Amino acid sequence: MEKNKDQAVIMSENNNNNKAQDPNPRFASEGCSVLLDVNDGDRLVFARLSGGAVLKIGNKNYSLKPLIGAPFGSLFQVETGEDGSFLSRILPVKKESSSNNVIDDARDNRELIDNNEAQNLTGEEIEAMRREGAKGDEIIEALIANSKTFDQKFQLSQEKYKLKKQKKYAPKLLLRRPFARRFLRVDALSLLLTMANVTAYSDVLVVDMVGGLVTGAVAERLGGTGYVCNTYKGNSPPSVEMVRMFNFTDKVIERIVQSSINELSSAKTVSPEENNHQEGVHPSTSDMVEGTPVTAEARVVVDDVVLESKIVKAPKAGAKASKEAIEMWKENGFSSLIMAAQDQDPWALAKDVLPLLSYSAPFAIYHQYLQPLATCMHNLQQGKMAINLQITEPWLREYQVLPSRTHPHMQMSSFGGYVLSGIRISTT
Amino acid sequence: MLPTESKKALSFKRYIEDGDLVIVYERHDVMKPVKVTKDGVLQNRFGFYRHSDWIGKPLGTKVLSNKGKFVYLLAPTPELWTLVLSHRTQILYIADISFVVMYLEVVPGCVVLESGTGSGSLSTSLARAVAPTGHVYSFDFHEQRAVCAREDFEKTGISSLVTVEVRDIQGQGFPEKLSGLADSVFLDLPQPWLAVPSAAKMLKEDGVLCSFSPCIEQVQRTCEVLRSDFIEIRTFEVLLRTYEVKEMKVETGAMIGESHDEEANGGQRPSKRKHISNDDKHISNDDGYAVSQDNSSSPTSVVMARPCSEARGHTGYLTFARLQCLS
Repeated sequence: MEKNKDQAVIMSENNNNNKAQDPNPRFASEGCSVLLDVNDGDRLVFARLSGGAVLKIGNKNYSLKPLIGAPFGSLFQVETGEDGSFLSRILPVKKESSSNNVIDDARDNRELIDNNEAQNLTGEEIEAMRREGAKGDEIIEALIANSKTFDQKFQLSQEKYKLKKQKKYAPKLLLRRPFARRFLRVDALSLLLTMANVTAYSDVLVVDMVGGLVTGAVAERLGGTGYVCNTYKGNSPPSVEMVRMFNFTDKVIERIVQSSINELSSAKTVSPEENNHQEGVHPSTSDMVEGTPVTAEARVVVDDVVLESKIVKAPKAGAKASKEAIEMWKENGFSSLIMAAQDQDPWALAKDVLPLLSYSAPFAIYHQYLQPLATCMHNLQQGKMAINLQITEPWLREYQVLPSRTHPHMQMSSFGGYVLSGIRISTT
Repeated sequence: MLPTESKKALSFKRYIEDGDLVIVYERHDVMKPVKVTKDGVLQNRFGFYRHSDWIGKPLGTKVLSNKGKFVYLLAPTPELWTLVLSHRTQILYIADISFVVMYLEVVPGCVVLESGTGSGSLSTSLARAVAPTGHVYSFDFHEQRAVCAREDFEKTGISSLVTVEVRDIQGQGFPEKLSGLADSVFLDLPQPWLAVPSAAKMLKEDGVLCSFSPCIEQVQRTCEVLRSDFIEIRTFEVLLRTYEVKEMKVETGAMIGESHDEEANGGQRPSKRKHISNDDKHISNDDGYAVSQDNSSSPTSVVMARPCSEARGHTGYLTFARLQCLS
């Protein structure tokens, strides 16, 4: 293990050295995309950390400047000072774990009447306390002291009450790395990446009509090697806006390219410019959504963030694939394919795109409707184009795990889409 | 198994060589790994296959037995490997593996700690995710299993990415020398709460831990201990439902299941017939039966899908947590 220890140390140092040129990915730098977790998952907001960025909590706006330079995972709380309210970094308090799972409490709510008369403090009194600089926790203590019914509550109900008040009067903000999971459920996306054997040095062909989510996820797993080529019918590439949210380094971004199906399939390699000229004459026959509307749908909802200063632009992903790359792919084929084109018929795309894959290359086709995938699977079987064909539906359920309160969450995502997977084979 | 800068795993031009590991595919549920040798022979119910016939052919092609029956030769991937490897322990399958790799945020260059190694199913996928510059440190307290795992990693060509050590993580914790170096830690142990404090020392701040446990009591105990040093503790279950697809020939004008409807309701139900456009003869009515209405007299065929009757009901609960930022 000695040799390996040195290896690990060297690797860690190398990583740090490489990151000296790029911003350390564990810290939120100016201009990077972040995910703000308000009150333990109650509200998730995407934001860009520019100097003037602001977040609204309750009915006040708070500057996000204190977050710049903080490590991902750091916690902030609303504090009141002379200049008003602001976000301040707090170090989390180590929680004592309650050793007993069984709660021995005989109280219940049979005599509690829900008539809004339990709390003695009025809204004005609370505001006055706030103006005088009372901390959130102090307000909560005051609310509990002035509640006629608090002592009658079952212990767990008391905890629930306290938590509710904390969220209102002492809101917390957790700085997180962003994850782009709005169109694909996380387990469905992870399944696509695995089924398509995405790894370093692979050439992954992608039909991404979910705003760049799949393209970005693939690029992340390529880690700056290989290529992820986004392909499309006609001559309008779809938007890959979401790639910005991954905060990629230039090395990774260079690997994200695009090229139309025509360019990739044509017998002789036309230069991308020539091809566009040619295709401009023939109107696109597919009913693909044009570039602009896709951008509108895919635009990250920047909720409640007022950007006062100019947005720092990230380097653009999705440059046209070079002639050399296209030649290489024609000679070798792509090592795998992921399709996430929800409004398109999968077979119509697959029959054009599958021949671009190497033999024995795996593919994963995501769709929200079962029937078109079933037809696609059937056609692939009939045409002997693929084996190991399977339609899979991912199922995901989250649990609340607390002493005496363990059960699945009340809300559940009932639907994650369907995935058709298989391996391309030689038809001869 | 994994492509490198100089050697591509897949390509139209990638020909099978002596010494390659290939996956012999008969059917989706009948596959086996075979090491190609010049004089090797594969025997199965279709007859026998000479490896020498395979050498020089590209992956993904058909090869014939002496009786003219064929199988496919496929390139090994971690997914295919999970389906063909020899089980020394219960293994993780693709649903859990894919979710774990994504949620642990494993990307090239990461350092991942894993205990136990088991049969190396997850280890293989972790190696793929950290390649080419990362590393997987895998620990198992069973000496024989560690040896088998190392052999498998040699076979699949990932031994430069995975280091297996015999160690009782529950009793001794992870090695001190790895402290603060892990981006992610994965635990598949009978009493993972015993390993949590050590895992916390191994992880970089904001690093992610995952614990896989079949029983909810294990999950509860683990979560209690996690609350001291970790945040964002979340527990999930992932499963996959597979569908079977069938083509059915349907006679003119007949509705599939029409007889059922008549029995149940004593008559036709015209509201069920949906209007069809000329080029789409495959529609679903409310019951989800695919219906075909054809004015010509020839039968049409319809492709239908339904869930498979057999499904995996449970493997384990996946609990994820992030190490708190205390600096």
